[in-house]
Amino acid sequence: MKILVCISNVPDTTTKISFTNNDTSFNSAGVQFVINPFDEWYALVRALELKETIGGSVTIIHVGAADSDPTIRKGLALGADDAVRIDAEPSDAFSVAEQIAAYAKDKNFDLIMAGKETISYNSSMVGGMLAELLNLPYISMATKLDITGTTAAIEHDIDGGTEVVECSLPLVLSANKGMAEARIPNMRGIMAARTKPLVVIPAAAADKLTNIISYQLTAGRTDCKYVDAETPEKLIELLHTEAKAI
Amino acid sequence: MSVLIYAEIAKGKIKKSSLEAVNYGSRIAAQLNTTAVAVVIGDGDISDLGKAGAQKVLKLKNDKLAALDPFYLTAAIEQAAAAEAADVIIFSHDFTGKAIAPRVAAKLKAGMVAGAVDNPVISGSSFTVKKNVFSGKAVAVYSINSLKKVISLLGSSFPIVLTDNTAEVVDFAVNLDSLNSPVKIKEVKQDTTELNLSDADIVVSAGRGLKGPENWGMIEELAKTLGAATSCSRPVADMHWRPHHEHVGQTGFAIRPNLYFAIGISGAIQHLAGVNGSKTIVVINSDKDAPFFKSADYGIVGDAFEVVPKLIQAAKNFKANQN
Ligand SMILES: Cc1cc2nc3c(=O)[nH]c(=O)nc-3n(C[C@H](O)[C@H](O)[C@H](O)COP(=O)(O)OP(=O)(O)OC[C@H]3O[C@@H](n4cnc5c(N)ncnc54)[C@H](O)[C@@H]3O)c2cc1C
Ligand SMILES: Nc1ncnc2c1ncn2[C@@H]1O[C@H](COP(=O)(O)O)[C@@H](O)[C@H]1O
Repeated sequence: MKILVCISNVPDTTTKISFTNNDTSFNSAGVQFVINPFDEWYALVRALELKETIGGSVTIIHVGAADSDPTIRKGLALGADDAVRIDAEPSDAFSVAEQIAAYAKDKNFDLIMAGKETISYNSSMVGGMLAELLNLPYISMATKLDITGTTAAIEHDIDGGTEVVECSLPLVLSANKGMAEARIPNMRGIMAARTKPLVVIPAAAADKLTNIISYQLTAGRTDCKYVDAETPEKLIELLHTEAKAI
Repeated sequence: MSVLIYAEIAKGKIKKSSLEAVNYGSRIAAQLNTTAVAVVIGDGDISDLGKAGAQKVLKLKNDKLAALDPFYLTAAIEQAAAAEAADVIIFSHDFTGKAIAPRVAAKLKAGMVAGAVDNPVISGSSFTVKKNVFSGKAVAVYSINSLKKVISLLGSSFPIVLTDNTAEVVDFAVNLDSLNSPVKIKEVKQDTTELNLSDADIVVSAGRGLKGPENWGMIEELAKTLGAATSCSRPVADMHWRPHHEHVGQTGFAIRPNLYFAIGISGAIQHLAGVNGSKTIVVINSDKDAPFFKSADYGIVGDAFEVVPKLIQAAKNFKANQN
């Protein structure tokens, strides 16, 4: 089993977001970056579990600059065998997918895993685009994955429920909550990660089809209006007459 | 030229999210002086597609499409887009949209924005589109530079507008002979809840403050009284007090109902990330310093076990007076 896990580098979930250069760039000063939770908890950990039970290898791939290396090392510390960083700016989903596809196309991975979405740009696009570029099936929002021989049994979220599918390998999936439980790297893993291979490869030709022109912080709410706990009917009235929500 | 909109039927009718997408696509078509064409699969009452602004409806015909396998859907939409010379394709940013829109975009080499929250600003062949980023903490303005464009619309971004228009409906035979999906569907488990969380106008959500699963009766009753769906915080789903599809927040569902009740939920930033797009937020919490009150429109400081039963009674009285 050769597994490729796509990891992205995102601000920690508690980060206070701000922008610079006239609101055209994300302000990364002082921000703690982590592996995107969906990529780590669900995709990578499930990949490692599969490797532990059926053997094989887990490679992590990241498109980004050298400042992502600590995040990639954390993935190695969790147990990935090796890592690849494609030295390109990850600003457009399609170009990220093209970079990963260019690397993966002749490597015979049995399984390529992405996260459900990044918690920074929340797009849920790279996995599907990658599947199309590699002409592979794409199972989105997987919540359970088991492999028997060359067949994957996957449970995944669909509108209004869940679906259980079987699909022959190779395939691309995106991982959602339920795939695995979070792990914490241990000391041995952290030590081992220092010497595991992290190969940096130059960017391939890719098309940037979108770009971000500017950002704006979401306006907060105006002050909360309190209703006495003894008179919840007052709340119902406000929701009806003022908020027009019921 | 045309604008193509992917629409779905659920329970015999066009889905709410699809009506939003058709409204959205027809506004773009009007700006571009072109036709809004909806594509739909399966049987049901599709008259709402015309009412929502589609001038034309293509009923995609091929037995392989019945299971909505993205492998086939992508090819079907590509064929429809080619036949209608569609340069702009609109999806809903729901599970199907997430499964197929990126594939379609990659196939057509179309720049894509997923989860748009506003109408695009169109100048020449360039679109600028707003979407939420950093889990709703900010909005980013994207420009799409490619000739072809794919946009998926975040649910509940616009109220639905229906007129008395009718659309021309035609069958569109899709050719999938050369394709054989390796995906075999073994089982579909429908959510048993009556109301789909992402479609719900009102959501009643509860957290660890409720102490245990046995206390959810009053949450369900409040929801039922208000015609609302129910949801929960992550620890509640993790402890299996509630099914995992009810988990909202950064790692769960992102929802944007008109009205969101947070009962016994502290308001952690990861929870807010999934609900702060709600139009009106009501927080009920026994701790007056619970962070959620900072993100609330209305608050009640009090014990949920005392407040909620009274609230149910008040809601029932209100409903009774309305009828
Ligand atoms: C990477 C990451 C991702 C995460 N993703 C999510 C996510 O998607 N969704 C999510 O919800 N969380 C998420 N979390 C967890 C989040 O940080 C919080 O731990 C969680 O939201 C807390 O759930 P809670 O509010 O139900 O419980 P608590 O924080 O325990 O709060 C319970 C609240 O109930 C109140 N209370 C107690 N008794 C009563 C009573 N009788 N009546 C009224 N109020 C009462 C308390 O005052 C308290 O405010 C994530 C965390 C991380 C690190
Ligand atoms: N720069 C990147 N490098 C590697 N994988 C990525 C990158 N960006 C996104 N991904 C993968 O694609 C998934 C979806 O990302 P997105 O489409 O940006 O929401 C993430 O969860 C990652 O698995």
